[in-house]
Amino acid sequence: MRNVKIIYARELFSYFSSPMAYIFLVIFSLFNGYFFTNTFFLINQSDMRALFNVVPLIYLFFIPAITMGLIAREKSSGTIEVMSTLPIMDWEFVLGKYLAALTLVIVGLGFSLVHFITLMIAGTNIDYGAVITGYLGLIIVGAFYAAIGTFASGVTENQVVAFIIGVALVLFFFLMNMLLMFMPTWLSGIVQYMSVDYHLSNLSRGVIDSRNLIYFGTMIWLFLMLTVRLLEMRKWR
Amino acid sequence: MIRVENLVKHYGDVKAVRSINFQVSDGEILGFLGANGAGKTTTLKIMTGFLTPTSGNVYINDMNILDDSLEIRRQIGYLPELNPLYTEMKVYDLLEFTGRIRGLEGRAFHQALSRVIEECGLKGVLHKSVGQCSKGYKQRIGLATAIIHDPKILILDEPVSGLDPNQIMEIRRLIKRLGKEKIVIISSHILQEIEATVDRMVIIHDGKIVADGTTNELMAGFQGQTQLSLSIKGAKEDQLHSLKEVFPDVNVQRVAMEDGLGRVVLEYSHDHDPREAIFQHAVKSNWILLEMSTQRAHLEDLFRKLTVEGGAHA
Repeated sequence: MRNVKIIYARELFSYFSSPMAYIFLVIFSLFNGYFFTNTFFLINQSDMRALFNVVPLIYLFFIPAITMGLIAREKSSGTIEVMSTLPIMDWEFVLGKYLAALTLVIVGLGFSLVHFITLMIAGTNIDYGAVITGYLGLIIVGAFYAAIGTFASGVTENQVVAFIIGVALVLFFFLMNMLLMFMPTWLSGIVQYMSVDYHLSNLSRGVIDSRNLIYFGTMIWLFLMLTVRLLEMRKWR
Repeated sequence: MIRVENLVKHYGDVKAVRSINFQVSDGEILGFLGANGAGKTTTLKIMTGFLTPTSGNVYINDMNILDDSLEIRRQIGYLPELNPLYTEMKVYDLLEFTGRIRGLEGRAFHQALSRVIEECGLKGVLHKSVGQCSKGYKQRIGLATAIIHDPKILILDEPVSGLDPNQIMEIRRLIKRLGKEKIVIISSHILQEIEATVDRMVIIHDGKIVADGTTNELMAGFQGQTQLSLSIKGAKEDQLHSLKEVFPDVNVQRVAMEDGLGRVVLEYSHDHDPREAIFQHAVKSNWILLEMSTQRAHLEDLFRKLTVEGGAHA
C-alpha cells in the first residue's frame, strides 16, 4: 500500500501542476451550477434531484477526459519504462493512478456542496438521507466510470483514442437500460442488472442495497484488473 | 554478476535478438556496442525486466529475471534510451519520488540526495522543473534517478547520445567512478563514445554477438593495415609513381600533385614498416619531406567491419 500512496501522491500532484485539474473543476462546477439552479427555484422542491440526475450525464465526458492520460501518457512519453523497472507491482501503479483520478472527481463533487448550502438556506423539510445517498451514488458511479477510463487509457498510447474508447465504454453501460426493450425476456434481466441506471436509481432514491454495491464493486475491480492485465501484455513472449 | 544465456526475443516475425550469451562480473564496465537496430536496447530491456525473453535466461546474482523480478529491480538502476522523465515535476520532487519508491525516506533520502546532487552536478537546477532543463541536465537528472538508491548494477542505454563533448566527458568520468564498485553496462552505437570508458566490449550485430573482449583482445584478432600520408616537395609525378617499384612491400594507393607538392597515400602492414627507408630514399633523391603521418587501423575499422559485413569471429 505504501507504493500505492507514493504513486497516488505523484499523480495527484501532476494533475494540479497542469491546467487540466483546474479546467476540469471550473467547467464541471459551471455545468453543475447551471443545471441545479436552472430548475431549483422553479420546481419548488427541497431536494437535489436535479443535480443528482445531471451529474452522471456530465460524467460521461468528464471522467474519460480526466483518466485519458493516466497510462496513455506514460506510454507515449516512455516513462512507463522507468516505472515498470522500479520495484513496484503493476497493480500498485494502476491503483495509485486510479485513486488519484477518483480524488479529482470527488473534489469536483465537493464544489457542488455549495448547492447543498443553498438548499439548506432556501429549503424546508430537507431529506438529508436522500442527499447523502445521492452523493454516495455519484461517488460510486464516478468510481466506476473512472475505472473504465483507466482501462481505456491502458489500451493505447494515444490520449485522444483513450478518451474516445472511454466515452464509448461509459456510454455503453449508461445506455444499456435503453436496450432493454429490444431484448428477449430471458436476457433482459441480465442486461438490466448490468446497466448503471438500474443500480444508480436505487441510490438516488435514498436506498442503499448491497446488490448495487456489489455490482459497482465488481465492475470497478474487473476494469482495474483488466488494466493490470493490459500492462502485463508487454511481458508476453 | 550477470549471466545472459541463449537470449532470444522475437517481436512477431521480427527476430530482434537471436541467441545472445555473455557474462559480466562485479566491478566491470561493459560496453554494449552495435548499430541502431542491432538488438542492444531489446537485450537491455529484458535484463531490466521490462520485456520478457521469447526464450533464454538472464541471471543476476544467481536470481532469475523471471522469478525474482522485484528483487532484481531493487538492485538495478536503469537509464532507458531517450531518457524519459516526468517533465512536469521539479527536479527535487522527481528525485524524492524515485527515492521514496526505492525505500529512501528521511535521513537516508537526504544523504542519497546530496550524494547524487554532488555526483551528477544538479545543484543549480534542483528547484527547476525537469521540462525546463537543458538536454545535458536532463541526462544527468535521469542518471541521478537511476543511481539514487546506490544500485549494485547500473544499466545505461545510450547515456551520452546527443550530448556535447564536455558533457560526454563529465558523464564518462562519473561512469568510471561508479564502475569501480558496481557492474555498469553502457550501450552505444558510436564506438568512440565508450571506447575510453569501458573495460570490455560486446559487439552485437543483427541480434547476435560478433565480438566480445577487451580493446586489446579485439584488436589482436584484427590485423589491419596502417595508412601513411606523405607530402613531398621537389619530386616529379613519375618519380613518385616509381615508389611502387622501390618499395614492393607497400601498397601505393594514391599519387597526386597539388601546387607543386607531391601527395602520396600508401598502406603497409605492421611487419613491413617502410618509414625509415622512405626517408632515406627522399634524402637520396633530393626531395624535401614536408609531412609524413600514419593512421593506424582503428578499432573503429573493426567495428565497421563486424557490424557492416556481419563479422566472422566471435
